[in-house]
Amino acid sequence: MLYREAGDFKTSYQDDSQTFPITFDRYRYYAVLAIAFGIIPFLINDYWASSILVPFLIYSIAAIGLNILTGYCGQVSLGTGGFMAVGAYACYKLMTAFPDVSIAIHVVLAGGITALVGMAFGLPSLRIKGFYLAVATLAAQFFLVWLFNKVSWFYNYSASGQITAPDRFVFGYQVTGAETTAVAKYMICLVFLTIAALIARNLTRGMLGRQWMAIRDMDIAAEIIGVNPLKAKLTAFGWSSFFIGIAGALFFAVYLGAVEVGEAFGIQKSFLVLFMIIIGGLGSIFGSFAGAAFMVLLPVVLKLVGVDLFGFPTDIVAHFQLVIVGGLIILFLVAEPHGLAQLWRVAKEKLRLWPFPY
Amino acid sequence: MPTEFLYGVEVVLNGLMAGVLYALVALGFVLIFKASGIFNYAQGVLALFAALTLVGIMEGQVPFAHLINAIFGTEIHHFGWHVPAVLAILLTAAVMVLLAWCVHNFVFRHLVGQEPIILFMATIGLAYFLEGVGDLMWGSNIKTLDVGLPQGASFWLEENTAFLGGEEFYGFFIDKLDMVATLVAVLLVIALVLFSQYTKQGRAMRAVADDHQAALSVGISLNFIWVLVWSLAGFVALVAGIMWGAKSGVQFSLSLIALKALPVLMLGGFTSIPGAIVGGLIIGVGEKLFEFLIGAPYLGGATENWFAYVLALIFLVFRPQGLFGEKIIERV
Repeated sequence: MLYREAGDFKTSYQDDSQTFPITFDRYRYYAVLAIAFGIIPFLINDYWASSILVPFLIYSIAAIGLNILTGYCGQVSLGTGGFMAVGAYACYKLMTAFPDVSIAIHVVLAGGITALVGMAFGLPSLRIKGFYLAVATLAAQFFLVWLFNKVSWFYNYSASGQITAPDRFVFGYQVTGAETTAVAKYMICLVFLTIAALIARNLTRGMLGRQWMAIRDMDIAAEIIGVNPLKAKLTAFGWSSFFIGIAGALFFAVYLGAVEVGEAFGIQKSFLVLFMIIIGGLGSIFGSFAGAAFMVLLPVVLKLVGVDLFGFPTDIVAHFQLVIVGGLIILFLVAEPHGLAQLWRVAKEKLRLWPFPY
Repeated sequence: MPTEFLYGVEVVLNGLMAGVLYALVALGFVLIFKASGIFNYAQGVLALFAALTLVGIMEGQVPFAHLINAIFGTEIHHFGWHVPAVLAILLTAAVMVLLAWCVHNFVFRHLVGQEPIILFMATIGLAYFLEGVGDLMWGSNIKTLDVGLPQGASFWLEENTAFLGGEEFYGFFIDKLDMVATLVAVLLVIALVLFSQYTKQGRAMRAVADDHQAALSVGISLNFIWVLVWSLAGFVALVAGIMWGAKSGVQFSLSLIALKALPVLMLGGFTSIPGAIVGGLIIGVGEKLFEFLIGAPYLGGATENWFAYVLALIFLVFRPQGLFGEKIIERV
């Protein structure tokens, strides 16, 4: 009843091309923003921040990044973990080299450096396609992790081989280091996520996004209608890596604080983010959020139910977690190969006709 | 002959042996990819699962013992018998066939016609699932697998090649197990080739690999062929699992050999059985030689983790379909 285009007259081109054309959607979007910025910061505690909200926000950024590359441009990548590591180490080097510059700028610069690395590894995509490319991106994953492990310049010759985030402040609030409050962690990730989602949403609606989708749907046909595949693929790799780099920088600096590269940014991370976008929905910004929420919540819920409710030993619950994650992924793919975003789309279609479907 | 050179030869020989083991895993990939277009990430976990099951059966472990104990408070571990290796291998093969049937009927039959990436993701899901089930069934501790294969270095070879070098050289150091693995791999490939060339089912399998619809129209049951292919991949995984398990114990890291098999596939082409073998050998020799000549002296070692991928990546830039892959023809 409320969810209608009818009666919502657009009087300018600007109105006509806005992100949320339906009034209800627009208000829902403002409401979500208001809750995220205005209410959650007052309710948040350490447990919620560290086990659910902060990882959710950071993985959402990474999922948006990967979704640009895989969902919108159709290039399957298994190098997400490696690119997140680039973001983390770039951020660390910048933080320690220029301690006076704000961390927010460092995080963005880390994203930029990751974008350059991503474009370098994206170059072969012009020749290699499909699964061959997916396996080729594994080269990035393993090479980068090895590089950060072996070359001690990257971790400032520290004895443990770890990188540890020094204390940094934004507007007088500490955002990295051991004494950071839950609210500060949450807020800085939320700000980055909001901006990232805005940029990504508008990129994918514009010329660049349409070029990506043309390449995804059929690259030769796209070339014939005048899409430059070099430019389209490299920009997709660049933007994707930019977001993934930011996610990696936040993951290291804000969320974990100290990182050992093989453990934090291994191949498992690549698969995790890929699961997020598959379960959430390829080629959908909303899907990136939904998938990230799903994959972050799942282990928490399983642990709550398994260990706390039924009192199973933790190792059995850990095994069950593998079984359930695997089973759910398969179940999802069988039931809805286009992910949670498709369910959302179907629901919205139904809502438009409710309560009088023809 | 200079000692350095002889060490180089030894490295190459060891690389060839390692390459054979990679090729064994890659073979399973190729079988499934050819017949159904599924890029089977779970091949490594299949090998792990097969090896776990084999050890479990041989030792007479009670499946799901840990879980049963946790629920009912019992204290069961073993049935108290030991199954001879041959019988255990046969039983494990039967388990793999059952698994193949389940995988096809519960998962991939419902995903026929989906995009390749969806199928790929499903195999990753399958990998997680199988890993969890394997751990639940047989426990996650490291197990030793002993099916009576010879172990240790071959002294005969060592003594008889020692004369090649000077004082410093003690002869080629090559693991007997690796030699057995090579032999088994050769036999396995010959058997697979014979099977696919001369038996009715093998021919049907090749027909399916060529064209699903044409195969259907001449009365080949796709369901049967897919179960067959997954069973074959299960057998190959069992062989790979035995070899790797006997070499380095049955543990989680066994499933990571799947990752090592991927560059092999890229080099050889996803659709070529000879490609898997040659690719395996190139990767095996290449990464050992690179580590020996450049990695360890100049780059701080552990280059084996990524060298295979980078080699495959550079190679693919010049030949996108791999060494023996079918030429990629693109039409609009």
